[in-house]
Amino acid sequence: MKRLLLVGAALAAILAAPLQAQAADKLLNASYDVARELFVQVNAAFVKAHPGVTIDQSHAGTSKQARAIVEGLEADVVTFNQVTDISFLVKNGFVSDDWQNDFPNKASPFYSLSSFLVRAGNPKNIKDWSDLVRDDVKVVFPNPKTSGNARYTYLAATAYAKEAFNNDDAKVKEFVTKLFDNVPVFDTGGRAATTTFVEREIGDVLITFESETTGIRKEFGADKFDAVVPSVSLLAEFPVAVVDKVVEKRGSRDLAKTYLDFLYTPEGQKIAAENGNRVHDEAIAGEFKDNFPNVRLVTVEDVFGGWDAVQKDHFAEGALLDQIYGKR
Amino acid sequence: MSATAKIKRPPRVGDNPLFRTILIAVVLVVTALFIVAPLAVIGFHAFSQGWRFYAATIAHPDTLHAIMLTVVTALIAVPINTAFGIAAAWAITKFDFPGRRLLLVVIEIPFSISPIVAGVAYLFVYGLQGLFGEILADADVKILFALPGIVLASMFVTAPFVARELIPLMQAQGRDLEEAATSLGASGWRTFFSVTLPNIRWALLYGVVLCNARVMGEFGAVSVVSGNIRGQTNTLPLHIELLYHDYQTAGAFAAASILALLAVVTLVAKVALERRGAGRRPALAAPVAVLTENAK
Repeated sequence: MKRLLLVGAALAAILAAPLQAQAADKLLNASYDVARELFVQVNAAFVKAHPGVTIDQSHAGTSKQARAIVEGLEADVVTFNQVTDISFLVKNGFVSDDWQNDFPNKASPFYSLSSFLVRAGNPKNIKDWSDLVRDDVKVVFPNPKTSGNARYTYLAATAYAKEAFNNDDAKVKEFVTKLFDNVPVFDTGGRAATTTFVEREIGDVLITFESETTGIRKEFGADKFDAVVPSVSLLAEFPVAVVDKVVEKRGSRDLAKTYLDFLYTPEGQKIAAENGNRVHDEAIAGEFKDNFPNVRLVTVEDVFGGWDAVQKDHFAEGALLDQIYGKR
Repeated sequence: MSATAKIKRPPRVGDNPLFRTILIAVVLVVTALFIVAPLAVIGFHAFSQGWRFYAATIAHPDTLHAIMLTVVTALIAVPINTAFGIAAAWAITKFDFPGRRLLLVVIEIPFSISPIVAGVAYLFVYGLQGLFGEILADADVKILFALPGIVLASMFVTAPFVARELIPLMQAQGRDLEEAATSLGASGWRTFFSVTLPNIRWALLYGVVLCNARVMGEFGAVSVVSGNIRGQTNTLPLHIELLYHDYQTAGAFAAASILALLAVVTLVAKVALERRGAGRRPALAAPVAVLTENAK
């Protein structure tokens, strides 16, 4: 046993050594859970352009990531898929108030939207949000109480209804309730909903981020599913920020900024586009325009008056979402 | 089964061919459905994209690191928990002291609470906003989101395994043999190694195997305190989840097959040790050895 302990201690020392030795030629990027493939490519390209630099990646749900950073996870930069989770870092003094002005496009190097995936040939002829409330259509998306992805779905559907019914609150509520009634099962996360739709073959349409539909078709067969982009949807930002508290401690601010800037370069934008994200760079957007049909995007700020208002009016205990979801 | 055997044996409840057949069939079907089938699926999916893909997944630096991290965690957590388990079982069964029953209950707490609670509790103690957060940060000691946090969380979850196996056995065996050894002049260590250890070794081995399996497979508690840094703090179970979430189904199953393989290695090691030990003389002979040696 003593020998075992010694071996364990020795191995631990070897393993722990790189964790301790941190210099400013190293960054930790805390990112969302399904971004692994994207950042493998981004990091490889970045390291090629900046030899001698190492980028470590942490992937988990971004609420969990924000919590971990506040509890001491030393991430120099965050690349999230929820603005609200960066707000949590702001509230705790880890990220500066005006982080959205530190990088272009409100610090969102690429974006996506709530979009549809239907079975091959689109047998139910689903074109837009209005088709989702038909009696013969079964819809799959995760539980908005637990999934950020589904909160975008809920908000996008609400935004559509607000326009269609001229902000008539009663009719909007009826529309969204009907949509929820068409969902046979609410999974806890986006991936589980994908499994329900793809492998259990439940439902006629899966609602998820457009960037996800690309990955699903790649993994499960492009001939089995068609992507359908609705006429209007909600802009889903992928916000990035430098974690001030960490970079000050580690002296890595310059590298952190260079890294996030890289996401805006043509090379970074191209990798993002290849992974199903819409980008701002006009040349790259033009190159990939066949993958991304035209769609009118509305923002949380324009339709709902910002994330704080959304939280209060829709997602708080007993608010609109609870009233609709609770009826089931 | 011969007719004479049937006559000789007294009839027992449920001892008729129909009942026996149904019972065996039910057990076999349930075993096949709930244990064998999922494991077979892991193997099937792991190789669904061929040997080359499987090898590439395993040989990927992140997977290799995850395997090594899991093994290192087990190499640290299991010996410490084994020592703790023996000490706890020894203290509880061989001595009387106030709070003995309370200790028994406290040791079992990790069994009954969810691992995620353990993880969050560690956040509240060692996290930056936690009890010791500032002291640790000032001293630049990293517990969470690094190896120490992973080991601590794993140890918490598996603390009762060894003690839980030993306590009932040691209670049943009583204190007579130890008292005999001590009265014959054996030292504390001598008593332990020559009398107690041989008597408890199979239960101990079983406890260690369970503890090891659980350390390697632990997900919930480790997930909270690991920080999920690829190639640094991703244990094998976390790595499997990461691959799965990334639509790398075959890769996830390949990594899962390695985790299953580690479990099988543990079991084989246990069986091998049992085989080797089975040929030795019975453990109860040990006090006699002490006696004869001291009589010289």
